[in-house]
Amino acid sequence: MDFLNYAFMQRALLAAVLVGVTAPAVGIYLVQRRQALMGDGIGHVAMTGVGLGFLLSWSPVWMATAVSVLGSVLMELIRWYGRTRGDIALAMLFYGGMAGGVMFINLAPGGSNANLTSYLFGSLSTVSQSDVTAICLLAAFVVLVTLGLRRQLFAVSQDEEFARVTGLPVRALNLLTAVTAAVTVTVAMRVVGLLLVSALMVVPVAAAQQLSRSFAATFAIAVAIGVTVTISGTITSYYQDVPPGATIVLLTIAAFLALTALATPLARRRARAAAAAHPAGDPAECAVPATRGAGDAAAV
Amino acid sequence: MDDMDVTSEAVISMRGVRAELGARPVLRGIDLTVRRGEVVALLGANGSGKSTAIRGVIGQVPISDGEIELFGIPRGRFRDWSRVGYVPQRTTAAGGVPATVTEIVSSGRLSRTRFGVFRRADHAAVRRALELVGMADRAKDSVNALSGGQHQRVLIARALVAEPELLIMDEPMAGVDLASQEILARTLREQVASGTTVLLVLHELGPLEPLIDRAVVLRDGCVLHDGPPPHAVGQHALPGHDHVHPHAPAGTESIRTGLLS
Repeated sequence: MDFLNYAFMQRALLAAVLVGVTAPAVGIYLVQRRQALMGDGIGHVAMTGVGLGFLLSWSPVWMATAVSVLGSVLMELIRWYGRTRGDIALAMLFYGGMAGGVMFINLAPGGSNANLTSYLFGSLSTVSQSDVTAICLLAAFVVLVTLGLRRQLFAVSQDEEFARVTGLPVRALNLLTAVTAAVTVTVAMRVVGLLLVSALMVVPVAAAQQLSRSFAATFAIAVAIGVTVTISGTITSYYQDVPPGATIVLLTIAAFLALTALATPLARRRARAAAAAHPAGDPAECAVPATRGAGDAAAV
Repeated sequence: MDDMDVTSEAVISMRGVRAELGARPVLRGIDLTVRRGEVVALLGANGSGKSTAIRGVIGQVPISDGEIELFGIPRGRFRDWSRVGYVPQRTTAAGGVPATVTEIVSSGRLSRTRFGVFRRADHAAVRRALELVGMADRAKDSVNALSGGQHQRVLIARALVAEPELLIMDEPMAGVDLASQEILARTLREQVASGTTVLLVLHELGPLEPLIDRAVVLRDGCVLHDGPPPHAVGQHALPGHDHVHPHAPAGTESIRTGLLS
């Protein structure tokens, strides 16, 4: 455990844990509303923020936060008004964001694409004290929203039309989800990088689903997986000279595969238990053809 | 308008409602009043505008002309959504993450809570709603493990959990097995007996026929018939299938012909 003696490792582990909690916590709502790739899109847009940060010599983390929040609000507006052309507009937003990032960083004095790499794929060991402060503040916001408003966000993500008829402020909640996802992207940017952040939002949720039947359990298991892989990925990268972001994402996918293999017999046992608990099963579904069959037989 | 019946207030009132989907007119001047305690079925072929009509009532389809009032309040200013229980067509409620029956039904209770904080009464209401539709024993099961009919019962529990005065249902019997149809009809009968007003879209009257006070038939976005349910055919027309409509103002309803476009 000698790595705990280094300040850079302490900062890296703290950042990793916060990402392990926040990314699946937001991701579960994105997966529920079938927008699993939204995190990826926000990651592209955030690149413009990083580039602007370099160009204007402002903190790239806060600039990326500002730009990706703007981008996520724009995406939500496109979803409302875009209708059939919405996906084209989103594509332009994503690639415009990426091209903007490359352009700005090359315009910056002494800037080159090399500066971008640590944001694209993460650079845990260079997380500074001010980065940690920003990450802590942003993560607190994400946890507050995703846990505090879980019933509202669940209702809106499950069935938007029904949520509107219960009088929930659906547009405000959708915007809040988008903004929270954008904030999470910038929290995770230094740890796994903008291009890999979406994996931590989506894959732990997909892995958790292999074991769970309820939303609450999926949430808890996904966060547990998220924290486990970010911590073990960070420690692995300390001992073996491997990039932490890629290690974390590969570990997450390994967790998904392991749980899927584990869940197949579990699901089979559950189905047997359910059949035993409800011996009648669904007689009604079979009742129609059964009686019809009997009638037919009598007629013949 | 039918102003002769002043004793019961109009829960839903649509006057000259028009709506378009894209450039195509779907509603072409609908007049429809549902009074407190009534059970009104909206009938019509596919594309006649019946789903659009009720989606207009709950504010999910913008109307281009006319007025809609809920409980006497213009729809645009109506905020008291806990008085309305909505059961959408079943296809709309599928999330990408597993959810239990209890979790789904609980989301219908949010309109009765402050900031989504559940108290003991809210948990009790969820259990009661599940008992009403006979799904209490499946409370902890994933909705993905349910049959179509059971799923529909969960959506009805989700609408009933806020204890609404008005139930709006879009094809509640579509794709529902016989056992669930009977449970749904019984649940609805209990709700109507306790004074709930119901507006429902139906493809055919089916097992709910004894409950229906009035049928409104739409064709091409116009009201074709507004009065007693159309004459039953098939087994419902057999002798002995005599229905009693305790509060149907028989003969007082004028039959409206469709407005010309």
